[in-house]
Amino acid sequence: MDYKRYFQPFFLIIVLISIQLFTYFTDTGYYLTQLTMAAYYSLVIIGLCVLMGYAGQISLGHAGFFAIGGYISALLTTYNLLPYKDHMIISFFSKTGLLVLRENLYGIKILNVHPWLACIGAILFTVLIAYIIGGPVLKLKGHYLAMATLGFGIIVFRIVLGTALFGEADGLSDVPAFTLFPGVEVSGNLTMRIQNYYIAYGLVIIGLIILINLINSRVGRALRSIHGAEDASDAMGVDTAKYKLHTFVLSAAFAAVAGVFLTHYNGGIGPSEASVMKSIRYVAIVAVGGMANLWGALTMGIVLNYLSLRGYFGSFDDAVFGVILIIIMLFTPEGLLRYQLLSQIKKVFSNKEPRTIHNEHS
Amino acid sequence: MNILEIRNLSKSFGGLKAVNNVSFAVKRESIKAVIGPNGAGKTTLFNLISGFLPCDSGSVLFNDRPVHGLKPFQITQRGVSRTFQHVKLFPKMTALENVMIGRHTHSKAEFIAGMLNLPWTWKEEREIRNTSMELMSFLGISSLADYEATSLPYGQQRIVELARALACEPHLLLLDEPAAGLNMRETAEISQLITKIKDRGITVLIVEHDMSLVMNISDEVVVLSYGQKIADEMPLAVQKNEEVIRVYLGEEDA
Repeated sequence: MDYKRYFQPFFLIIVLISIQLFTYFTDTGYYLTQLTMAAYYSLVIIGLCVLMGYAGQISLGHAGFFAIGGYISALLTTYNLLPYKDHMIISFFSKTGLLVLRENLYGIKILNVHPWLACIGAILFTVLIAYIIGGPVLKLKGHYLAMATLGFGIIVFRIVLGTALFGEADGLSDVPAFTLFPGVEVSGNLTMRIQNYYIAYGLVIIGLIILINLINSRVGRALRSIHGAEDASDAMGVDTAKYKLHTFVLSAAFAAVAGVFLTHYNGGIGPSEASVMKSIRYVAIVAVGGMANLWGALTMGIVLNYLSLRGYFGSFDDAVFGVILIIIMLFTPEGLLRYQLLSQIKKVFSNKEPRTIHNEHS
Repeated sequence: MNILEIRNLSKSFGGLKAVNNVSFAVKRESIKAVIGPNGAGKTTLFNLISGFLPCDSGSVLFNDRPVHGLKPFQITQRGVSRTFQHVKLFPKMTALENVMIGRHTHSKAEFIAGMLNLPWTWKEEREIRNTSMELMSFLGISSLADYEATSLPYGQQRIVELARALACEPHLLLLDEPAAGLNMRETAEISQLITKIKDRGITVLIVEHDMSLVMNISDEVVVLSYGQKIADEMPLAVQKNEEVIRVYLGEEDA
């Protein structure tokens, strides 16, 4: 096998360690908080990158999957089961250690589902939803697929906004720390900041390696063929419907994992995470990264989310991402991270004919 | 022994009967051609056989088993592969990668195996690459392996597409106008390749306009006109068939 494919993740690890050491020695550890959050958003983005850039299917509903993961996990770890503790099922589960007794913010004892079980449950539930939605929706192409996934995103947004169980406009808070192993926990606790930075990027690197492997495999080749010419791919014996669906579900699972972890890190989740603007932002960043370019999507995902979270875009946050999307599509539809950038820009100004976008989804 | 049998196949688009009650059979390890004037329903017939269009009535039997109603990828898995009238190569992939897609039905690494890069897949990938390279040298295009497929000259794209279809190891190969858009030298080259493919034991069904190609290489010729079969004979007999001459050249007093 070729080891070259792992050079980039290895390089990324070195850069990440350097950043952490830099913040340690310059006493700017607070940067790590936004970098950690940016890491989780980037996890959504690299999953979406495989769906959009390689399989050629757009989704404007990935914030929905992120929110489903986050909300289910938050609900299970904050919903008080104590009043039902004598119920057969609940008492059975608490004996197996799958439920935990803890004190909430106000010092009241509550009984919750263990974060590990909640995490697995949230991911499985998201995967199930993705299968149910993806089956019919992926029969659509191009703009119609974009509209349908957009509709899904809006539905999720309105449901979390309108359901008392999900805290309506306030969202869910008081989500406990997620103890991965004894001593290793996902939480916003300041003393855990460096640890959480490495947990987040560890997850990103695992995700990146999984996706790099996938796109270099037989399946990755088949996905690229679907993107290029779906009927020809079908004629070569590729079950295009199945491959598109599985890729859709895989990217939804990435979004769900990110949702679960970020919710534990932030100690809560609000309806803005499910908003359509979040979905559009993910799509914009994949485009900035160059569509079929995992590395570009990841780099841009970290950088742009970091800048946004640090507040560099001010109150024009969403507007900035809209402008970025327009500029990318106009000047460099193949993404920012490539060599012919300057010549491309010259071409736009010299050529008066309408241009077509190579990466567009037919 | 027939590898493919078409029985009373019909397909209409609105009021137009594109394929009207057509029946014929293809003998194993032969080359059969389907000819006919423009709009005779040749490509529709191909799309019905390869599953790209559902038929209205009739049946398609491949190796004595019905395949009508199956999806295109399922028909390919059974051993029928095809090329397209307008070459459909995968853009942004090299010629070799295009051919490697053809090995899809003969390899099995799925999502989990791919994501975890399991060691057994390395051997499979090597096998896919080697077989694809062998096929490309069989068709004389191994030097094109690393070029982006869609950037190649049209004639070479046709051969890459042929290699891709062969990579499926089909029992039956459907060629939709393999000489369309080719010059005389390239057409001669393609006809040689098709004979070579037949010699590997692959049955070929070919739709073609180019008479010289059809008459030189095919064992039998089916003639369609306005969706109906008007002849199904040896090439020489077809050339003398008055009905065929009439639809191709027009009636004397027309």
